Amino acid sequence: MNSALLVILFFLVLCIWLGLQARKGKDMSLEQWAVGGRGFGGVLVFFLIAGEMFTTYTFLGASGGAYRSGIPPALYAFNCFYFVIAYWLLPPIWKYAKANNVISQSDFYDKKYNSPALGVLVAIISVVSIIPYLIMQLKGLGIIVAETSYGTISPSMAIVVGVIAITIYVTASGMHGVAWTAIIKDIMILAVVVFMGIYFPLHYYGGMQPMFESINAAKEGFLIFPKEGLSISWFVSATIMTALAFYMFPHMLAGVFSAKSPKSLRWNAGIMPIYQVIIVFSLFIGFSAVLQVPNLQGADTDLALFKMAKMSFDPWFVGVIGASGAMAALIPSSLVLTAIATILSKNIYKVWKPNTSDDQLARLSRVLVPVIALVVLYFTFNGGNSIFTLYLMAYSFMAQLFPALFFSLWKKNPVTVQGAFAGMIVGILMVVYSTISGTTLATLFPSFPQVIKDLDVGLAVLLVNVAVTLSVSVITRKPGVKGEEKNEWTDLAN
Amino acid sequence: MKKLAFVTSIIPALGSLVVINRVEPYVLGMPFVLFWAICWVCLTSLFLIITNKIDPANREEE
Repeated sequence: MNSALLVILFFLVLCIWLGLQARKGKDMSLEQWAVGGRGFGGVLVFFLIAGEMFTTYTFLGASGGAYRSGIPPALYAFNCFYFVIAYWLLPPIWKYAKANNVISQSDFYDKKYNSPALGVLVAIISVVSIIPYLIMQLKGLGIIVAETSYGTISPSMAIVVGVIAITIYVTASGMHGVAWTAIIKDIMILAVVVFMGIYFPLHYYGGMQPMFESINAAKEGFLIFPKEGLSISWFVSATIMTALAFYMFPHMLAGVFSAKSPKSLRWNAGIMPIYQVIIVFSLFIGFSAVLQVPNLQGADTDLALFKMAKMSFDPWFVGVIGASGAMAALIPSSLVLTAIATILSKNIYKVWKPNTSDDQLARLSRVLVPVIALVVLYFTFNGGNSIFTLYLMAYSFMAQLFPALFFSLWKKNPVTVQGAFAGMIVGILMVVYSTISGTTLATLFPSFPQVIKDLDVGLAVLLVNVAVTLSVSVITRKPGVKGEEKNEWTDLAN
Repeated sequence: MKKLAFVTSIIPALGSLVVINRVEPYVLGMPFVLFWAICWVCLTSLFLIITNKIDPANREEE
């Protein structure tokens, strides 16, 4: 057993202990378990929502992207739209949820449109999108632990142990466990990423600017956007699409519901960008690897950070990096697990058996956690390429839920249930088709200007979704009957 | 005030989409295109804190 492994184990035990501690003094009703009794102050909500920016992506994806393709993925790591959308959209969502006892994202659609069937559709779309996301986090975990334990732990072993750990504290403490472990996770990641992001450029290149100058000299065009492909137009459209999808994820909205007041959500929107800046250090790590470990290919490019770490530090510190990486995968996974269990019990089981009491639902949600964990483990080891295809579609899928939610926050909701259904289904089908057939705007319209050809296809699908949603709503709206009796008091600008 | 708050929040969203696609000059050791993007992330914070201050919604509720 090496020192790296000991450090990783120590932090794993710490997480389980903290997660279990978190439930002290709380009776675990459904609301407590699923959304922390809507009692989290600004700081906890901050770590829950902002923490979503620090997942395995920060470790593997952002540094790997910068290593592989330079500036385009590097800039895509920052997204100012997240925060502006958060500022205006989350408080009205929170208020409606509070007033109507909404505890899951699918619940929101169910109650807003007064249609359990719509809730079921949203639940299915969400679970199908989010399970691949969970699986990718776990695969990331396997890679991180295998690398930083110098191969003494196999990826499968790491994944199984990790899943058991989060299953224990999620079943026991739900959202409370997630929030407390999220804090320690973020502190660790911050410290480790900032340190390496400063250390590598200084140590290997004698400074930040010398590093970028030598990269620029060695690889021309690496530090600007290319004219086609990952061009500026790709960047702009992908940024907008991602931001619209970001808060539609069920675990993100669960984080939002756990807030004590809308004030803390607005405050968070203002602070989070500063937090996002820290990703730049992860990019520095990726850039520093460009000339130091130049020959990584394919999936190995995501390991740039660990290759750098292992050739620079003692095993115990590699263990610290591994532990933070493992938490970066596990804590968001535990939030996702809580959200999936809530959706399945509240928005699928309860629709099927409407007489279930909240206490029974609370028990059911918690029993579901280990079941979901087993299913996810199964697909992690047996899913193959289809999981990765689903993962690529996850953001585009979630974006399809945006129009129905957005319009429902208007004073007079212009969208009917039928419109919401039609828009989502058409959107999902188009995403599936374009992903599987490899259709992009460039293949559809080869003669169009490059600016249009490089647009993110998800954004184009979203526009079709909006058009379908609105036109079906116009056709199906019965004269004199308005669909928004229940929510006259809400208002986007409120 | 609501409208003004909306405007102050939309400025960074739009600003962040303006890409200055050049390496030089280096600022704080970073290529200009990267520095410019980071700048807008920081400005987003600033603008949203201003939005927070002038948004009447924050005074209505406790």
